[in-house]
Amino acid sequence: MDLWNVLFVAPFADMIGSPRFLLEVIIGGLLTGVMYSLVALGFVLIFKASGVFNFAQGAMVLFAALTLVGLLEHGVQVLFALAATGIIMVLLAIAIERLILSPLVNQEGIILFMATIGLDFVLRGAGQIAWGSNVKPLDVGIPDKPFEVAGILLNSFDLFAAAIAAVLVTVLAVFFQKTGVGRALRAVADDHQAALSVGIPLRTIWAIVWSVAGIVGLVAGIMWGAKSGVQFSLSLIALKALPVLILGGFTSVPGAIIGGLIIGVGEKIAEIYWAPPFGGAIENWFAYMLALVFLLFRPQGLFGERIIERV
Amino acid sequence: MLYREAGQFKTSYAADQAMFPIIQDRAFIAMVLIIAYGVVPFWANEYWLQAVIIPFLIFALAAVGLNLLTGYAGQLSLGTGAFMAVGAYATYKITTIYPDINILVVFLMSGLIAAGVGMVFGVPSLRIKGFYLAVATLAAQFFIQWLFNKVGWFFNYNPSGTIIAPPRTVFGVMVAGPEATAQVRYFVALVFLTVGTVIAKNLVRGRVGRAWMAIRDRDIAAEIIGIQPLQTKLLAFGISSFYCGVAGALSVFLWLGSAETEAFDINVSFQVLFMIIIGGLGSILGSILGAAFITLVPIFLTNAPALLNIPFPTDLSKHIEEIIFGGLIILFLIAEPNGMARLWQIGKEKLRRWPFPY
Amino acid sequence: MKFRTLFLGVVGAAVGVTGIAGVKAAFADEQFIPMLVYRTGPYAPSGIPVANGFRDYYTLVNKRDGGINGVKIAFEECETQYNTKLGVECYEKLKGKGQTGASLINPYSTGITYQLIPKAPVDKVPILSMGYGQTASADGRVFEWVFNFPTTYWSQASAFIKYVAHEEKGYDKLKGKKIVHIYHNSAYGKEANPTLEALAKRYGYKLTLLAVDHPGQEQKATWLQVRRLNPDWIFMSGWGVMNQVAVKEAGGINYPMEKFVGNWWSGTDADVKPAGTGAKGYKSATFHGAGSGFKVHADILKHVYGGDAAKAKENNIGEVLYNRGVVNAMFGVEAIRTAMGKFGNKAMTGEQVRWGLENLNLTKARLKELGMDGFTAPVKVSCADHETGGPVLFQQWDGNAWKVIGKPLSPMVDVVRPMIEKAAADYAKENKITPRSC
Repeated sequence: MDLWNVLFVAPFADMIGSPRFLLEVIIGGLLTGVMYSLVALGFVLIFKASGVFNFAQGAMVLFAALTLVGLLEHGVQVLFALAATGIIMVLLAIAIERLILSPLVNQEGIILFMATIGLDFVLRGAGQIAWGSNVKPLDVGIPDKPFEVAGILLNSFDLFAAAIAAVLVTVLAVFFQKTGVGRALRAVADDHQAALSVGIPLRTIWAIVWSVAGIVGLVAGIMWGAKSGVQFSLSLIALKALPVLILGGFTSVPGAIIGGLIIGVGEKIAEIYWAPPFGGAIENWFAYMLALVFLLFRPQGLFGERIIERV
Repeated sequence: MLYREAGQFKTSYAADQAMFPIIQDRAFIAMVLIIAYGVVPFWANEYWLQAVIIPFLIFALAAVGLNLLTGYAGQLSLGTGAFMAVGAYATYKITTIYPDINILVVFLMSGLIAAGVGMVFGVPSLRIKGFYLAVATLAAQFFIQWLFNKVGWFFNYNPSGTIIAPPRTVFGVMVAGPEATAQVRYFVALVFLTVGTVIAKNLVRGRVGRAWMAIRDRDIAAEIIGIQPLQTKLLAFGISSFYCGVAGALSVFLWLGSAETEAFDINVSFQVLFMIIIGGLGSILGSILGAAFITLVPIFLTNAPALLNIPFPTDLSKHIEEIIFGGLIILFLIAEPNGMARLWQIGKEKLRRWPFPY
Repeated sequence: MKFRTLFLGVVGAAVGVTGIAGVKAAFADEQFIPMLVYRTGPYAPSGIPVANGFRDYYTLVNKRDGGINGVKIAFEECETQYNTKLGVECYEKLKGKGQTGASLINPYSTGITYQLIPKAPVDKVPILSMGYGQTASADGRVFEWVFNFPTTYWSQASAFIKYVAHEEKGYDKLKGKKIVHIYHNSAYGKEANPTLEALAKRYGYKLTLLAVDHPGQEQKATWLQVRRLNPDWIFMSGWGVMNQVAVKEAGGINYPMEKFVGNWWSGTDADVKPAGTGAKGYKSATFHGAGSGFKVHADILKHVYGGDAAKAKENNIGEVLYNRGVVNAMFGVEAIRTAMGKFGNKAMTGEQVRWGLENLNLTKARLKELGMDGFTAPVKVSCADHETGGPVLFQQWDGNAWKVIGKPLSPMVDVVRPMIEKAAADYAKENKITPRSC
């Protein structure tokens, strides 16, 4: 059987035939997965604390990166520009809380989701009015040199990105677990009303979460923008984060990381070993199929909170 | 004073179960239909029909379909674009293999094929719920797009992979293809929307619709009172995909004229979802109003600067358009989170008391 | 409550005002040319220089020559975002404008071109899809209203193979060479595949096709495959962000950039800049000169920008895609001029412009008069041949600017033309078109 061979024999023979390349694929997949996780983290933070699936996360990534590059182009120093962009993202978060979230408090998830779509349009338009639609090269001084270790090609930029993601996740984990604000955040995530009743300022918490998501968006924007230049397409990477989110669970920070790694490795292996007989470019749907298979066993995502159903 | 049901007595069960029990409603609907069938096609020019109204009708049909699934049966779907693609490609294949079959029949056959595909991708809904269910329909979205892009059979092996609507006549009148006039295309789209809406409206008032709503509100409870989740959910996926499939076929044959898979990408799925949220989940009327909002408002905003004689640069006016459109969505949701259909209802309540302010 | 009323009022007004949108504007003795542009959205980095090139050339003709033989050009931009559906709306809006309606249309998107091809004979608006769109439309017998000179995707692919043979010093050296085609997974990207496959049979090189999905932000898998294959040459049909990422990734696996050749939509300034020094050596196909050193640029600088070099630079003057806009605008203007030679110096209708396009004969002398000597090659369109098989040039990024390298290569007409005729015949059969005889 030809199909049998294509599906079950040839790919594995290929893997065993050149283990070094397989290793390279896996490493490549892991490093790509980290990049997906960076985008997915922004979604998770907001979903966790306010139950909103933030459609505008992609636009926030674009907006942050555009602002940073715009400032750099005007001759602002790197560190200063980073700080300024961070402040702008915080201001944006406060504005979002004031103008969108407060009036819609206690509405259903899908309504809030729709509101973030409106926000998405606004941010895309505003970002491009302020900074134009051209490709802007972004160089924040991260070294980008390919080098080989034992015949395996690595790129210093990718490793740097992985390191940044690791730091980011650690900081976020500590922030959530150990600080007072973090505890308040988790309380809000559990139950809005109960949190309010014990005196947790809901609106402040939301502003903080959106600020943190904005800053995570900035980091994602820098890492992705360094590859392609900062341009409108950055806002489309949100789509790449979707299967990661669904797989990892909308409410779990480690889930976003592990999900990203699984999706990254899975889709690269599928694309390289299984796709060629079928004409290639299966990555996009394969990521969803992979997530679907995991979900059939765990309907709430790998690390999602368990769904308890009562009548 | 004008809009009151007082004095309208129902003397039979049939009258009690009428779709529009109040005479004012009937008059209003009749007026809309007369305008749609008798005035619009003769008043609007080709730009209006071809670029504005036909896409609105087609998206309204897709939105009605999605609303059956998402609004009534409570199953979130982000695969609308894919199901539309199935309809479009099926129509193309059937009509190029059997050019003699009436194209209107082919549209319905393609709808059935889309329904079948929709049911297959609806199977995971038994286990996965809520936002997570989106993954199954997203998988459909990306997989079907990939399939139609890669497998040459679907587009008759032409080098670019684009399907082109060939000329087709119905009773001697050119319906599809470049020679078909905008009026004819408009009529066909309108008839499909009208019939589709009437069927959908009756579906949701009957046993099927009630079962869907029971599943939506609490699926375990629904199961306990004897509604079978498997059949009910799959039926919702099937019927919804049928509507989307027909809408997809119409969009290639009556509106675009040709399409590649890009024309049915994830953005289409999102767009139709926006329509039903803005219009009102669980409302047939809302689907149509939402489709009007999402398709017509951007076109108005694009043309506004020229109308007001403000010479904006193209890019700036597009960006401002995006900002205003986004702002309108947010304002709208804040004003009425339950969509335009709810606004309509509030309007009717007001009318009932008008002109007295109590 | 008040807020809600106000809001509803706005929506109501909006719907009301839209009703007036269809009113036609009248122009007095002006030649109307619609412009479908994309200055926003994911493809804006490519769309902006093209649109500026068009705009500046039309303005130049109006300011320097007082229009085409005294008839001023009226042009109006419509934003498509490279989106087919918006493109259809724009087309419907603009096709009836002006004194004589749209004289010709440059869709600047393969998807939009496909939409318009069936409509062209009905609406009587000729399409000039310069180096893009449906390759089969080079057969003027079937596609009376569509023109895609000076050359097509298929011709380009054959010229690329010719270039490789030239670099490898002989066609016999192609045997066993590994060539990879990395393409945008869309109608546009797939265009070159049949030609490359046909030529692979003839010359015996080993062809691998690698698809990259829209938008192309993430190409790790593609480049891992390239690394394993270690091909002798890479050809790329990319668009938008895919180009920038590919150029960067090629550097990331230490691939020799001078063996990496983009097609003419994959080689503009915006494509190489994000990769910085890593892009140095990258090549691409083109069909016109690079840089702003031609007389036409001096004219644009003088008449359009009043000598303000900084402002002209801000408007992309001399960039690859800007130049393409200029060339394309020039072709349209000269076709209208040709039509005027037959029908008189007034605003031309679409049908007359179609005649002008079909009888366009741009000689070297004429190009010199236009200040484009050496900028683009002479073109002579005929009834049967809407492509003309103009020569394909190759250019290289030297780290600062694109430079044309080597001499112009003419495509392999003997391979490409039969394929075009077959595809056109298939199209004619499926859409019940009777080819005219030429």
